[in-house]
Amino acid sequence: MGLWFYLQQPFAQHALIAGTLVAIISGLLGPFVVTRGAAFAVHGTAELSFTGAAAGLLIDGDAILGALIGSVVVGGAIGLLGVRQRERDSAIGVILAFGLGVGVYLLSRYHGFATQATNILFGQIFGVSDGQLELLIGVAVSVLIATALLYRPLLFASVDPDVAEARGVRTRLVGVAFLLVLALTVTEAAQIVGTLLVLSLAITPAAAAGRLSARPGRVTALSVAFALVAADGGLVLSLQTNVKASVLISTISFGIYVVARLVGAATRDRRGRRTTAAPARPYPATPTARV
Amino acid sequence: MTQARPMVAAPSTTAPSVALSGAALRFGDRTLWDDLDLAIAPGEFLAVLGPNGAGKTSLLQVLLGLRKLSAGAVEVGGRPPRRGSSVVGYVPQQKAFDRDLPLRGRDLVRLGLDGHRWGLARRNRETRDRVARVIDDVGATAYADAPLGLLSGGEQQRLRIAQALLGDPTVLLCDEPLLSLDLHHQRAVSELIDTRRRAANISVVFVTHEINPILSMVDRVLYLVGGRWAVGPPDEIMTSERLSDLYNTDIDVLRVRGRIVVVGTPDAAHGEPGGDHHHPVDTGPVPGPPRAPAGSTGGRTG
Repeated sequence: MGLWFYLQQPFAQHALIAGTLVAIISGLLGPFVVTRGAAFAVHGTAELSFTGAAAGLLIDGDAILGALIGSVVVGGAIGLLGVRQRERDSAIGVILAFGLGVGVYLLSRYHGFATQATNILFGQIFGVSDGQLELLIGVAVSVLIATALLYRPLLFASVDPDVAEARGVRTRLVGVAFLLVLALTVTEAAQIVGTLLVLSLAITPAAAAGRLSARPGRVTALSVAFALVAADGGLVLSLQTNVKASVLISTISFGIYVVARLVGAATRDRRGRRTTAAPARPYPATPTARV
Repeated sequence: MTQARPMVAAPSTTAPSVALSGAALRFGDRTLWDDLDLAIAPGEFLAVLGPNGAGKTSLLQVLLGLRKLSAGAVEVGGRPPRRGSSVVGYVPQQKAFDRDLPLRGRDLVRLGLDGHRWGLARRNRETRDRVARVIDDVGATAYADAPLGLLSGGEQQRLRIAQALLGDPTVLLCDEPLLSLDLHHQRAVSELIDTRRRAANISVVFVTHEINPILSMVDRVLYLVGGRWAVGPPDEIMTSERLSDLYNTDIDVLRVRGRIVVVGTPDAAHGEPGGDHHHPVDTGPVPGPPRAPAGSTGGRTG
């Protein structure tokens, strides 16, 4: 009954819409993050959205817009500085260290409500204004379109970069584009769960999905579904209890992952192999010619 | 320099699938190779040999359209090479996939068709059947739906060959596809490539540092050494005289039990592993007698 009351309030509706949007786009990009080993890029851009938010607050009093613009700068910088993964990780470390320093300075110059900035760190979903919601919807739609456009070459470049390059994929361009899309997504997710807990929507659901299937389409669908359960479930629970939404979201997300690991471990190694076919046929000398 | 001599029983009117004329590749003031003239006939199996850094892989990159010649002209399938062209298929060396990679063998193969195009893949029965057929052709149906990261190196290479064949290429470019496979899988994978090129009359350009697993299949060898090159049937090129001339030092080429052993190449003298023509894997357990080459002509059955 209390829940029903809450769900009629605009603040709760805004939160649920925003949470749903964030869950969809984070769940969508999550499998690529896992495949490309880009967890640190997620963490780095998420923490740096704190700097962008602080700059936004200082200049215009708008933390979200600042964080979004900042994330594009950060995503582009990481993409341009680091191509290979190891190189990229150190590039992220370099930018992260400098960026956080800038953020601390900016915050020290800001004399408004500092809670606005700490909200960025831990998430404050129950306070999204109409204007912010429109911005979040716009970003989410852009991310969806960009991901659809990038999907095939991004998948190719993520699973098999050398062959993708040989087949004509501009792997570098695709990599930078992915980081930009990822930065926007992470910044949106940071509004919900906070920069410190972004990984619980951008990685955990995809990692759980990867335990249950190896079909790219199914992994993506499961990842989105898990992210939705975690985000919306956490928000609804948070309305009923007095626990902060981001805590519940990360807890549900982790719970899903644990279950997926247990289920996956039981089935994984024999999945997809046709055990009925005689395994003593490792290399047929003359495969049926059917060209 | 040796002039190319077509070894395949193709009529001289047949246009070559790959044609290089006066081709040169330089990095700064270092010349990898120059004045290279080579025409590869449809269905011909060309092995590209040479020490590390001789420009073997760079040659493939030229044919893939990823690298421009410093001089000369190149055509693949009658046209200048172009990125993402369906005329060529590409088989890389085996590398371990992450165990958790959310991809099945079937999906890897599918990427060979249109993975380089923008947008989402459209599903249809025709494509699905085509993928299934090429997987069947390489004998990978039994494990095509298993997670890629759980497959053996030989199984993965089989799927990569399927991926390369999916676009019905006329030229198959292979960059050390046998590296890090055990002998058993080396034989399986090279026989598969050979079978498919005969079935579909595909030209194969096979970069390798170890000719023995493919000796019976090779029509001609292109041997690159420090800016110099020679091309011809294995029996002509893989001799002490020719290699000594190429390397500018004394090289001994021995034939032992149907295998070719090259002794004295400079990179081998420095103890570089895998640098000579005696692959470390060869010392491992051999599951059967070594294959005798199909006649001393190097298998000119094309």
